[in-house]
Amino acid sequence: MQHLMSPLDLSVEELDKLLTLANDIESNPKKYAHACEGKKLATCFYEPSTRTRLSFEAAMLNLGGSVLGFSSADSSSAAKGESVSDTIRVISCYADICAMRHPKEGAPLVASEKSTIPVINAGDGGHQHPTQTLTDLLTIRSLKGRLDNLNIGLCGDLKFGRTVHSLIHALIRYPNINFTLISPEELRVPSYIREDVLRKNNVAFREVERLEEAMADLDILYMTRVQKERFFNEDDYVRMKDFYILNKKKMTLAKDDMIVMHPLPRVNEISVEVDDDPRAAYFRQAQYGVYVRMALILTLLEVEVC
Amino acid sequence: MLNVGLITEGFVLDHIQAGTSLSLYYDLRLDKLDCCVAIIKNARSNKMGKKDILKVECDIDTLDLDVLGFIDHNITVNIIKGEEIVEKRELHLPKKIKNIIHCRNPRCITSVEQELDQIFLLTDEKTETYRCKYCEEKYKGQKGQRVRLRTHSR
Repeated sequence: MQHLMSPLDLSVEELDKLLTLANDIESNPKKYAHACEGKKLATCFYEPSTRTRLSFEAAMLNLGGSVLGFSSADSSSAAKGESVSDTIRVISCYADICAMRHPKEGAPLVASEKSTIPVINAGDGGHQHPTQTLTDLLTIRSLKGRLDNLNIGLCGDLKFGRTVHSLIHALIRYPNINFTLISPEELRVPSYIREDVLRKNNVAFREVERLEEAMADLDILYMTRVQKERFFNEDDYVRMKDFYILNKKKMTLAKDDMIVMHPLPRVNEISVEVDDDPRAAYFRQAQYGVYVRMALILTLLEVEVC
Repeated sequence: MLNVGLITEGFVLDHIQAGTSLSLYYDLRLDKLDCCVAIIKNARSNKMGKKDILKVECDIDTLDLDVLGFIDHNITVNIIKGEEIVEKRELHLPKKIKNIIHCRNPRCITSVEQELDQIFLLTDEKTETYRCKYCEEKYKGQKGQRVRLRTHSR
Protein backbone atom coordinates (compact mmCIF):
# COMPACT_ATOMS: atom_id res chain seq x y z
CA MET A 1 0.00 0.00 0.00
CA GLN A 2 1.29 3.39 -1.01
CA HIS A 3 0.81 6.72 0.72
CA LEU A 4 1.74 10.19 -0.45
CA MET A 5 3.53 12.33 2.13
CA SER A 6 5.88 14.36 -0.05
CA PRO A 7 6.06 15.02 -3.78
CA LEU A 8 9.45 13.30 -3.69
CA ASP A 9 7.78 10.03 -2.67
CA LEU A 10 7.20 9.60 -6.40
CA SER A 11 10.12 8.90 -8.70
CA VAL A 12 10.38 10.94 -11.90
CA GLU A 13 9.01 7.92 -13.79
CA GLU A 14 6.08 7.47 -11.39
CA LEU A 15 5.36 11.16 -11.58
CA ASP A 16 5.43 11.09 -15.35
CA LYS A 17 2.95 8.21 -15.33
CA LEU A 18 0.68 10.06 -12.90
CA LEU A 19 0.71 13.26 -14.94
CA THR A 20 0.02 11.32 -18.13
CA LEU A 21 -2.95 9.69 -16.43
CA ALA A 22 -4.17 13.15 -15.31
CA ASN A 23 -3.95 14.40 -18.89
CA ASP A 24 -5.92 11.38 -20.09
CA ILE A 25 -8.58 12.14 -17.46
CA GLU A 26 -8.69 15.71 -18.76
CA SER A 27 -9.18 14.49 -22.32
CA ASN A 28 -11.62 11.65 -21.53
CA PRO A 29 -13.49 12.47 -18.32
CA LYS A 30 -16.36 10.09 -19.13
CA LYS A 31 -13.98 7.14 -19.28
CA TYR A 32 -13.24 7.63 -15.58
CA ALA A 33 -16.71 8.66 -14.38
CA HIS A 34 -17.41 5.32 -12.67
CA ALA A 35 -13.85 4.23 -11.91
CA CYS A 36 -14.27 4.53 -8.13
CA GLU A 37 -17.89 3.50 -7.76
CA GLY A 38 -18.44 2.03 -4.31
CA LYS A 39 -15.22 3.60 -2.96
CA LYS A 40 -15.14 6.25 -0.25
CA LEU A 41 -12.70 9.08 0.33
CA ALA A 42 -12.38 10.40 3.88
CA THR A 43 -11.35 14.04 4.04
CA CYS A 44 -9.89 14.55 7.52
CA PHE A 45 -9.24 18.25 7.73
CA TYR A 46 -8.06 19.36 11.16
CA GLU A 47 -7.86 22.95 9.94
CA PRO A 48 -10.03 24.77 7.44
CA SER A 49 -9.01 24.60 3.82
CA THR A 50 -12.09 24.80 1.68
CA ARG A 51 -10.22 24.85 -1.59
CA THR A 52 -8.08 21.75 -1.10
CA ARG A 53 -10.90 19.82 0.54
CA LEU A 54 -13.37 20.64 -2.22
CA SER A 55 -10.78 19.77 -4.85
CA PHE A 56 -10.34 16.33 -3.27
CA GLU A 57 -14.07 15.87 -2.94
CA ALA A 58 -14.68 16.96 -6.54
CA ALA A 59 -11.98 14.53 -7.66
CA MET A 60 -13.60 11.58 -5.90
CA LEU A 61 -17.10 12.53 -7.03
CA ASN A 62 -15.85 12.84 -10.63
CA LEU A 63 -14.61 9.26 -10.31
CA GLY A 64 -18.02 8.05 -9.18
CA GLY A 65 -16.97 7.55 -5.57
CA SER A 66 -18.35 9.15 -2.44
CA VAL A 67 -16.88 11.29 0.31
CA LEU A 68 -17.16 11.66 4.07
CA GLY A 69 -15.12 13.54 6.62
CA PHE A 70 -14.75 16.59 8.77
CA SER A 71 -13.53 20.08 8.00
CA SER A 72 -12.11 21.29 11.29
CA ALA A 73 -10.61 19.81 14.42
CA ASP A 74 -13.54 21.19 16.44
CA SER A 75 -15.95 18.90 14.63
CA SER A 76 -13.78 15.80 15.06
CA SER A 77 -12.74 13.62 17.98
CA ALA A 78 -9.51 15.59 18.13
CA ALA A 79 -11.49 18.13 20.16
CA LYS A 80 -11.93 15.37 22.74
CA GLY A 81 -8.23 14.67 22.70
CA GLU A 82 -8.10 11.70 20.36
CA SER A 83 -4.70 11.07 18.80
CA VAL A 84 -4.12 11.08 15.06
CA SER A 85 -3.12 7.41 15.30
CA ASP A 86 -6.44 6.45 16.87
CA THR A 87 -8.46 8.58 14.47
CA ILE A 88 -6.90 7.00 11.38
CA ARG A 89 -7.44 3.48 12.75
CA VAL A 90 -11.14 4.28 13.00
CA ILE A 91 -11.30 6.10 9.65
CA SER A 92 -9.66 3.03 8.07
CA CYS A 93 -12.82 1.11 8.98
CA TYR A 94 -15.04 3.62 7.22
CA ALA A 95 -13.24 4.64 4.03
CA ASP A 96 -10.97 3.30 1.28
CA ILE A 97 -8.59 6.26 1.13
CA CYS A 98 -7.94 9.32 3.28
CA ALA A 99 -6.82 12.86 2.54
CA MET A 100 -5.54 14.50 5.71
CA ARG A 101 -4.77 18.11 6.47
CA HIS A 102 -3.35 18.94 9.88
CA PRO A 103 -1.78 22.07 11.35
CA LYS A 104 0.99 20.01 12.95
CA GLU A 105 3.89 18.98 10.76
CA GLY A 106 4.25 15.23 10.30
CA ALA A 107 0.71 14.36 11.42
CA PRO A 108 -0.20 12.64 8.13
CA LEU A 109 3.01 10.59 8.39
CA VAL A 110 1.97 9.45 11.86
CA ALA A 111 -1.42 8.52 10.38
CA SER A 112 0.15 6.61 7.49
CA GLU A 113 2.12 4.44 9.92
CA LYS A 114 -1.08 3.18 11.58
CA SER A 115 -3.44 3.28 8.63
CA THR A 116 -4.72 0.30 6.67
CA ILE A 117 -5.83 2.57 3.81
CA PRO A 118 -3.72 4.92 1.65
CA VAL A 119 -3.19 8.31 3.26
CA ILE A 120 -2.60 11.47 1.24
CA ASN A 121 -0.97 14.42 2.94
CA ALA A 122 -3.28 17.31 2.08
CA GLY A 123 -1.00 19.79 3.85
CA ASP A 124 0.73 19.60 7.22
CA GLY A 125 1.49 23.03 8.66
CA GLY A 126 4.35 24.72 6.87
CA HIS A 127 5.90 21.39 5.95
CA GLN A 128 4.52 19.62 2.86
CA HIS A 129 1.58 20.00 0.52
CA PRO A 130 2.35 17.40 -2.13
CA THR A 131 -0.89 17.59 -4.10
CA GLN A 132 -0.31 21.31 -4.64
CA THR A 133 3.09 20.45 -6.08
CA LEU A 134 1.55 17.77 -8.30
CA THR A 135 -0.99 20.37 -9.42
CA ASP A 136 1.80 22.80 -10.25
CA LEU A 137 3.78 20.19 -12.17
CA LEU A 138 0.73 19.12 -14.16
CA THR A 139 -0.06 22.75 -14.97
CA ILE A 140 3.49 23.43 -16.13
CA ARG A 141 3.73 20.25 -18.18
CA SER A 142 0.31 20.77 -19.75
CA LEU A 143 0.75 24.44 -20.61
CA LYS A 144 4.48 24.55 -21.39
CA GLY A 145 4.79 21.01 -22.75
CA ARG A 146 7.81 20.16 -20.60
CA LEU A 147 9.26 20.11 -17.11
CA ASP A 148 12.85 20.79 -18.18
CA ASN A 149 14.58 23.79 -19.77
CA LEU A 150 12.54 26.37 -17.92
CA ASN A 151 13.16 29.78 -16.40
CA ILE A 152 10.94 29.97 -13.36
CA GLY A 153 10.33 33.05 -11.27
CA LEU A 154 9.09 32.49 -7.74
CA CYS A 155 7.70 35.65 -6.23
CA GLY A 156 6.44 36.78 -2.84
CA ASP A 157 6.74 34.91 0.42
CA LEU A 158 9.58 32.53 -0.30
CA LYS A 159 10.47 32.11 3.36
CA PHE A 160 7.29 30.57 4.74
CA GLY A 161 5.69 29.44 1.48
CA ARG A 162 5.80 25.66 1.55
CA THR A 163 4.40 25.42 -2.01
CA VAL A 164 7.47 27.21 -3.28
CA HIS A 165 9.85 24.97 -1.32
CA SER A 166 8.11 21.82 -2.52
CA LEU A 167 8.09 23.04 -6.11
CA ILE A 168 11.83 23.75 -5.97
CA HIS A 169 12.48 20.25 -4.60
CA ALA A 170 10.36 18.69 -7.33
CA LEU A 171 11.75 20.69 -10.25
CA ILE A 172 15.45 20.30 -9.52
CA ARG A 173 15.11 16.69 -10.64
CA TYR A 174 14.74 17.95 -14.22
CA PRO A 175 17.60 19.29 -16.37
CA ASN A 176 18.29 22.93 -17.10
CA ILE A 177 15.97 24.59 -14.63
CA ASN A 178 16.76 28.20 -13.75
CA PHE A 179 15.14 29.87 -10.79
CA THR A 180 14.71 33.58 -10.20
CA LEU A 181 13.79 34.13 -6.58
CA ILE A 182 11.91 37.41 -6.24
CA SER A 183 11.21 38.51 -2.68
CA PRO A 184 11.81 41.18 -0.09
CA GLU A 185 14.87 40.67 2.09
CA GLU A 186 12.68 39.53 5.01
CA LEU A 187 10.98 36.80 3.01
CA ARG A 188 13.90 35.28 1.08
CA VAL A 189 14.10 31.50 0.77
CA PRO A 190 15.50 29.85 3.89
CA SER A 191 19.22 29.16 3.81
CA TYR A 192 18.72 25.41 3.74
CA ILE A 193 16.89 25.73 0.40
CA ARG A 194 19.59 28.01 -0.96
CA GLU A 195 22.54 25.95 0.30
CA ASP A 196 21.36 22.36 0.74
CA VAL A 197 19.01 22.19 -2.21
CA LEU A 198 19.96 24.70 -4.89
CA ARG A 199 23.72 25.09 -4.48
CA LYS A 200 24.28 21.46 -3.53
CA ASN A 201 22.54 20.30 -6.71
CA ASN A 202 24.22 22.94 -8.90
CA VAL A 203 20.89 24.48 -9.81
CA ALA A 204 21.14 27.91 -11.40
CA PHE A 205 19.36 30.62 -9.46
CA ARG A 206 19.48 34.33 -8.75
CA GLU A 207 17.79 36.40 -6.08
CA VAL A 208 16.26 39.76 -6.91
CA GLU A 209 14.06 42.20 -5.04
CA ARG A 210 12.15 43.81 -7.89
CA LEU A 211 9.63 41.89 -9.95
CA GLU A 212 10.35 44.11 -12.98
CA GLU A 213 14.00 42.98 -13.03
CA ALA A 214 13.00 39.40 -13.65
CA MET A 215 9.92 39.50 -15.87
CA ALA A 216 11.53 39.52 -19.33
CA ASP A 217 13.38 36.20 -18.96
CA LEU A 218 10.69 34.09 -17.37
CA ASP A 219 8.80 31.15 -18.84
CA ILE A 220 6.75 30.88 -15.67
CA LEU A 221 5.97 33.41 -12.96
CA TYR A 222 4.78 31.71 -9.79
CA MET A 223 3.17 34.24 -7.47
CA THR A 224 2.51 33.53 -3.81
CA ARG A 225 0.43 35.12 -1.12
CA VAL A 226 2.04 36.67 1.90
CA GLN A 227 0.20 34.52 4.40
CA LYS A 228 -1.11 36.29 7.45
CA GLU A 229 -1.16 33.10 9.50
CA ARG A 230 2.62 32.67 9.12
CA PHE A 231 3.34 35.89 10.97
CA PHE A 232 3.47 36.26 14.71
CA ASN A 233 3.23 40.00 14.42
CA GLU A 234 0.41 41.64 12.48
CA ASP A 235 2.40 44.83 11.88
CA ASP A 236 5.01 42.82 9.96
CA TYR A 237 2.27 41.30 7.85
CA VAL A 238 0.68 44.65 7.03
CA ARG A 239 4.07 46.15 6.17
CA MET A 240 4.99 43.40 3.70
CA LYS A 241 1.81 42.15 2.10
CA ASP A 242 1.69 44.72 -0.69
CA PHE A 243 5.33 44.42 -1.74
CA TYR A 244 4.74 42.57 -4.95
CA ILE A 245 1.61 43.19 -6.90
CA LEU A 246 1.41 41.89 -10.45
CA ASN A 247 -0.54 44.22 -12.72
CA LYS A 248 -1.08 44.81 -16.43
CA LYS A 249 1.86 47.18 -16.64
CA LYS A 250 4.29 44.62 -15.28
CA MET A 251 2.80 41.98 -17.60
CA THR A 252 3.90 44.07 -20.61
CA LEU A 253 7.49 43.21 -19.68
CA ALA A 254 6.86 39.47 -19.94
CA LYS A 255 7.18 37.07 -22.86
CA ASP A 256 4.04 36.35 -24.87
CA ASP A 257 4.08 32.70 -23.87
CA MET A 258 4.93 33.17 -20.20
CA ILE A 259 2.36 31.76 -17.78
CA VAL A 260 1.38 33.18 -14.42
CA MET A 261 0.64 30.64 -11.70
CA HIS A 262 -0.61 31.02 -8.14
CA PRO A 263 -1.60 28.37 -5.61
CA LEU A 264 -4.62 30.51 -4.60
CA PRO A 265 -6.30 32.03 -2.74
CA ARG A 266 -4.86 35.36 -3.81
CA VAL A 267 -5.36 38.47 -1.79
CA ASN A 268 -4.12 41.38 -3.86
CA GLU A 269 -0.77 40.18 -5.19
CA ILE A 270 -2.29 39.70 -8.65
CA SER A 271 -4.48 42.55 -9.77
CA VAL A 272 -7.84 41.39 -11.15
CA GLU A 273 -7.03 43.21 -14.39
CA VAL A 274 -4.53 40.41 -15.12
CA ASP A 275 -7.23 37.71 -14.95
CA ASP A 276 -8.28 38.18 -18.57
CA ASP A 277 -4.72 38.01 -19.87
CA PRO A 278 -4.30 34.68 -21.73
CA ARG A 279 -1.08 34.15 -19.79
CA ALA A 280 -2.95 34.05 -16.47
CA ALA A 281 -3.03 30.33 -15.71
CA TYR A 282 -4.06 30.29 -12.05
CA PHE A 283 -7.69 29.33 -12.51
CA ARG A 284 -6.74 26.62 -15.00
CA GLN A 285 -4.23 25.51 -12.36
CA ALA A 286 -7.12 24.92 -9.94
CA GLN A 287 -8.80 22.74 -12.58
CA TYR A 288 -5.58 20.77 -13.06
CA GLY A 289 -5.60 20.25 -9.31
CA VAL A 290 -8.77 18.21 -9.64
CA TYR A 291 -7.37 16.13 -12.50
CA VAL A 292 -4.16 15.34 -10.68
CA ARG A 293 -6.03 14.40 -7.49
CA MET A 294 -8.23 12.10 -9.56
CA ALA A 295 -5.12 10.49 -11.02
CA LEU A 296 -3.63 10.18 -7.54
CA ILE A 297 -6.73 8.55 -6.07
CA LEU A 298 -6.81 6.04 -8.94
CA THR A 299 -3.11 5.31 -8.53
CA LEU A 300 -3.18 4.85 -4.75
CA LEU A 301 -6.33 2.72 -4.94
CA GLU A 302 -4.69 0.74 -7.75
CA VAL A 303 -7.74 1.19 -9.93
CA GLU A 304 -7.03 0.60 -13.60
CA VAL A 305 -9.34 1.97 -16.26
CA CYS A 306 -9.15 0.39 -19.69
CA MET B 1 51.53 10.72 35.69
CA LEU B 2 48.25 9.78 37.24
CA ASN B 3 47.71 6.07 37.64
CA VAL B 4 44.25 4.60 37.49
CA GLY B 5 43.98 0.91 38.19
CA LEU B 6 43.22 -1.66 35.53
CA ILE B 7 39.71 -2.90 35.13
CA THR B 8 39.02 -6.61 35.01
CA GLU B 9 35.95 -6.59 32.82
CA GLY B 10 34.25 -3.64 31.18
CA PHE B 11 35.08 -0.99 28.64
CA VAL B 12 37.27 2.01 28.17
CA LEU B 13 36.11 4.95 26.12
CA ASP B 14 39.19 6.61 24.73
CA HIS B 15 39.76 9.72 22.64
CA ILE B 16 36.88 11.60 24.20
CA GLN B 17 37.05 15.28 23.39
CA ALA B 18 38.76 16.95 26.37
CA GLY B 19 36.31 18.38 28.85
CA THR B 20 33.26 16.44 27.71
CA SER B 21 33.62 13.23 29.71
CA LEU B 22 31.34 14.32 32.51
CA SER B 23 28.54 15.17 30.08
CA LEU B 24 29.09 11.82 28.42
CA TYR B 25 28.91 10.14 31.82
CA TYR B 26 25.38 11.47 32.25
CA ASP B 27 24.34 11.04 28.60
CA LEU B 28 25.24 7.36 28.75
CA ARG B 29 23.38 7.15 32.05
CA LEU B 30 26.44 5.78 33.79
CA ASP B 31 25.28 7.61 36.90
CA LYS B 32 22.43 5.10 37.09
CA LEU B 33 24.78 2.11 37.16
CA ASP B 34 26.08 0.58 40.33
CA CYS B 35 29.61 -0.05 39.10
CA CYS B 36 33.08 1.39 39.22
CA VAL B 37 33.62 4.32 36.84
CA ALA B 38 36.81 6.34 36.42
CA ILE B 39 36.63 9.69 34.70
CA ILE B 40 39.97 10.96 33.49
CA LYS B 41 40.08 14.54 32.31
CA ASN B 42 42.69 16.24 30.16
CA ALA B 43 44.96 13.23 29.73
CA ARG B 44 47.91 13.78 27.39
CA SER B 45 47.30 12.54 23.86
CA ASN B 46 49.62 12.44 20.85
CA LYS B 47 46.64 12.49 18.54
CA MET B 48 44.47 15.09 20.25
CA GLY B 49 46.82 17.08 22.48
CA LYS B 50 44.61 16.32 25.41
CA LYS B 51 41.68 14.01 25.79
CA ASP B 52 39.28 12.53 28.30
CA ILE B 53 38.93 8.84 29.10
CA LEU B 54 36.13 6.91 30.77
CA LYS B 55 36.80 3.54 32.33
CA VAL B 56 33.71 1.57 33.24
CA GLU B 57 33.70 -1.76 35.00
CA CYS B 58 30.52 -3.36 33.70
CA ASP B 59 29.15 -5.31 30.78
CA ILE B 60 29.47 -3.66 27.36
CA ASP B 61 25.80 -4.40 26.68
CA THR B 62 24.86 -1.68 29.15
CA LEU B 63 26.40 0.84 26.76
CA ASP B 64 24.14 2.34 24.13
CA LEU B 65 26.49 2.52 21.16
CA ASP B 66 23.91 4.46 19.12
CA VAL B 67 23.88 7.23 21.71
CA LEU B 68 27.65 7.19 21.80
CA GLY B 69 27.93 7.19 18.01
CA PHE B 70 25.53 10.10 17.83
CA ILE B 71 27.39 12.13 20.45
CA ASP B 72 30.86 11.51 19.05
CA HIS B 73 31.65 8.74 16.62
CA ASN B 74 35.39 9.44 16.92
CA ILE B 75 35.51 7.92 20.39
CA THR B 76 37.33 4.58 20.57
CA VAL B 77 35.56 1.81 22.47
CA ASN B 78 37.94 -0.75 24.00
CA ILE B 79 36.33 -3.84 25.46
CA ILE B 80 38.22 -5.30 28.38
CA LYS B 81 38.21 -8.87 29.59
CA GLY B 82 40.71 -10.28 32.08
CA GLU B 83 42.42 -6.90 32.22
CA GLU B 84 43.20 -7.09 28.48
CA ILE B 85 41.74 -5.26 25.51
CA VAL B 86 39.95 -8.03 23.62
CA GLU B 87 38.13 -5.91 21.08
CA LYS B 88 38.06 -2.40 19.70
CA ARG B 89 34.71 -1.28 18.40
CA GLU B 90 34.35 1.40 15.80
CA LEU B 91 31.51 3.81 16.18
CA HIS B 92 29.37 5.00 13.35
CA LEU B 93 26.84 7.74 13.08
CA PRO B 94 23.59 5.85 13.61
CA LYS B 95 21.16 6.08 10.68
CA LYS B 96 18.27 6.46 13.08
CA ILE B 97 18.10 7.52 16.70
CA LYS B 98 15.07 6.97 18.83
CA ASN B 99 14.12 8.79 22.02
CA ILE B 100 17.56 10.31 22.46
CA ILE B 101 16.87 13.89 21.52
CA HIS B 102 13.73 15.99 21.31
CA CYS B 103 12.32 17.75 18.31
CA ARG B 104 12.16 21.41 19.29
CA ASN B 105 9.88 22.49 16.47
CA PRO B 106 6.68 23.72 18.16
CA ARG B 107 4.78 22.96 14.96
CA CYS B 108 5.83 19.28 14.96
CA ILE B 109 3.17 16.66 15.72
CA THR B 110 5.47 15.28 18.45
CA SER B 111 4.98 18.54 20.35
CA VAL B 112 1.32 17.71 20.96
CA GLU B 113 1.18 13.92 20.77
CA GLN B 114 3.76 13.13 23.37
CA GLU B 115 3.34 9.37 23.29
CA LEU B 116 5.03 9.37 19.89
CA ASP B 117 8.62 8.22 19.74
CA GLN B 118 11.11 10.97 19.04
CA ILE B 119 12.83 9.68 15.93
CA PHE B 120 15.63 11.44 14.09
CA LEU B 121 17.13 10.25 10.81
CA LEU B 122 20.64 10.86 9.51
CA THR B 123 19.97 12.80 6.31
CA ASP B 124 23.49 13.90 5.46
CA GLU B 125 26.43 11.88 6.71
CA LYS B 126 29.00 14.39 5.51
CA THR B 127 27.56 17.25 7.51
CA GLU B 128 26.29 14.92 10.28
CA THR B 129 22.80 16.29 9.86
CA TYR B 130 19.90 14.69 11.68
CA ARG B 131 16.32 15.62 10.95
CA CYS B 132 13.12 14.83 12.77
CA LYS B 133 11.38 11.97 10.98
CA TYR B 134 8.03 13.76 11.16
CA CYS B 135 8.60 17.45 10.51
CA GLU B 136 12.15 17.18 9.03
CA GLU B 137 13.37 19.94 11.34
CA LYS B 138 17.15 19.86 11.61
CA TYR B 139 18.65 18.97 14.99
CA LYS B 140 20.67 22.01 15.94
CA GLY B 141 22.67 20.61 18.84
CA GLN B 142 26.40 20.81 18.43
CA LYS B 143 28.74 17.86 18.46
CA GLY B 144 30.76 17.50 21.64
CA GLN B 145 28.18 19.42 23.62
CA ARG B 146 25.86 17.64 25.89
CA VAL B 147 22.86 16.32 24.01
CA ARG B 148 19.47 17.11 25.41
CA LEU B 149 18.35 13.63 26.21
CA ARG B 150 14.84 12.67 26.97
CA THR B 151 14.29 12.08 30.63
CA HIS B 152 13.10 8.57 29.96
CA SER B 153 13.41 6.07 27.15
CA ARG B 154 11.00 3.53 25.78
